[in-house]
Amino acid sequence: MSTRIDVHHVTRVEGHGNIVVGIANGKLEECRFDVVETPRFFEAMLRGRPYQEASHITSRICGICATGHATTSLRACEKALGILPSDQTVLLRKLSFHGEILDSHVLHVYMLVAPDFLGVGSVIPLASSHPEVVLRALRMKKLAGDLCAAVSGRHTHPIAMTVGGFTHFPKPGELESLRKRLEDCRADVDATIELCASLPWPQFERDTEYVSLTRPDEYAFIDGEIVTSDGTRLPIEDYRQVTNEYLVQHSSAKFTRHQRESLMVGALARFNNNHAQLHPRAKAAAVALGLTPKVTNTFLNTAAQAVEIVHCVEDAIQVIDQLLERGITPEEPVPPTKMGGEGVGACEVPRGILIHHYWIGEDGKLTGANCIIPTNQNIANLEGDMRTLVPQILHKPAEKIRLDLEMLVRAYDPCISCSVHVAKLERP
Amino acid sequence: MSQNQKPKIAFFDFTSCEGCQLTVVDSLQTHPELLQVVEIVQFREAMTERGEDYLVAFIEGSCTRESDEARLKAIRQQAAVVVALGTCAHLGGVNSLKALHPLDEVRRYVYADRADWYETYDARPIEAVIPVDFAIPGCPIDRNEFVACVKALLLGKKPPIPDYPVCVECKLKENTCLFTRGKVCLGPVTRAGCDAICPTYGQSCEACRGFITNPNDSSMRDVLAQHGLSVDQVTSMYTMFTTYQVREKLMQAEASGR
Repeated sequence: MSTRIDVHHVTRVEGHGNIVVGIANGKLEECRFDVVETPRFFEAMLRGRPYQEASHITSRICGICATGHATTSLRACEKALGILPSDQTVLLRKLSFHGEILDSHVLHVYMLVAPDFLGVGSVIPLASSHPEVVLRALRMKKLAGDLCAAVSGRHTHPIAMTVGGFTHFPKPGELESLRKRLEDCRADVDATIELCASLPWPQFERDTEYVSLTRPDEYAFIDGEIVTSDGTRLPIEDYRQVTNEYLVQHSSAKFTRHQRESLMVGALARFNNNHAQLHPRAKAAAVALGLTPKVTNTFLNTAAQAVEIVHCVEDAIQVIDQLLERGITPEEPVPPTKMGGEGVGACEVPRGILIHHYWIGEDGKLTGANCIIPTNQNIANLEGDMRTLVPQILHKPAEKIRLDLEMLVRAYDPCISCSVHVAKLERP
Repeated sequence: MSQNQKPKIAFFDFTSCEGCQLTVVDSLQTHPELLQVVEIVQFREAMTERGEDYLVAFIEGSCTRESDEARLKAIRQQAAVVVALGTCAHLGGVNSLKALHPLDEVRRYVYADRADWYETYDARPIEAVIPVDFAIPGCPIDRNEFVACVKALLLGKKPPIPDYPVCVECKLKENTCLFTRGKVCLGPVTRAGCDAICPTYGQSCEACRGFITNPNDSSMRDVLAQHGLSVDQVTSMYTMFTTYQVREKLMQAEASGR
């Protein structure tokens, strides 16, 4: 008896990917996740562009993590040009970053993942069957978007973020009203944790190497060092030692591996590596969800995102307090101290560690670029998970196997259009 | 029309960041009533349900490979109305920056000796492949403009896309002109409809919505030169989202012997 699972263009994920699984006589013969997105070539297109444009061009890599790409791009330029951004810039970037993590995680938890557990194909039927859940998600998403908009004009694609600082500043009144809404949002956040605690997460374990940024002073989202659950610690400039990109023919996205056959990045990796630095309310949420590091059930990546929703709401309140206490000063962006050089920027975007590596010439134009995308780093691990999961669920009907595999793909929250303009192999 | 008399609409994506579809999802935060007046039968990024009997197709993204043309043509055959959603579909957008380098070289830069594995050609707006009825411009689209366009389509009207420059909206907002703040801007030649959001947040308009019908290009270039931009820098500004249009114009000029 043979079974073939062929999911063409998995739905409720960003971008185009196919699941291909072939089973013959109870044995797994073929197991792939094909990335069939059109290649996008951003790194090649960045060459010859003035460095001031880089964050505006690269935010267009992804509509969901536009602020993450822009921030990472700005950090790469700033390192190449010897720019040290002001404390106010650091705080404002952190605030809009929290907005993006919230926006993306709420989208994933409520609109992309929850329908699987509630037995529907999308969030649309939930609008009539569970209106309070959908309205809660939309309310939280709106707050997240408004947070980004207050700082940089809009979430997709941010406007006021620029190399060395900002070109627009939120008014204290705007921040105060956002602070109030964040406090009011705690009830929605608690309800999100309750919802996640009530979902029957699939049982599945596969340990892997969890890779994230880490910082001594806070739960890392912007800057830091690379750390892995297998004990490696590296400056971000040495990212190639971890990412080791390689090509496979069935995917226009490159694959990565480090010490094991694959590695995992994203909310679960961040939780496993940095949970001690979460806000106390986020730690309490993790307990309520039964998450104790190290968590090796990939499906719980979504639960780890829920924990981060709590953290980002709480930390955003603290960041606003700091900004209000300091007072917002309209300031000119910090200018370059040298023209030309090489710089690496790294951030933890919603789906994991993102790296932009730029080479800038003396005329201020980019001569080379390398972008390492979280989803690429996860695809090899996803295939490893599929190979482990399929033999465990072979007794199920094909439709159920198919759904389980789709849920596994969605657990990674893949961002496929991001993943397909991946790195060049050698420096210019 | 479906049995409940709601027009059926579908969303499709080609080469893009899917940010315009996310903006559509976000428009539900402020306009949840949209779901009561249309029936969405296909929207892969947000739903698994799938119907092929759509009346209106919203298409995001550029066409960047020959093998995508058949899918576009099939959509055109089904849909009574095709709407290009956002700059990539409308103009080619940032994807067309690729055309500033030799295609083979671009492919090798990213995929090295495996370049042949991945099919690609110069990015083009979908209108270069199939007839398009309307375009909703912008990178990304403006949420309010999207809602206004859907309302117009439901009433059988043409979507209200302005054909005057961004400067008009910028002045209505009483912004200080960027040119007087030591910056430059493409607002004088760029199609309005975005509520001048970039100048409002202190950044130059980058012409993501494309040019108005009769832009005064030579004047625009003169003004940019007067503000210290080199020819190189002007070209850079003019090509960020509109490389395809700028190239088309050059080719037309060449063909007419000018």
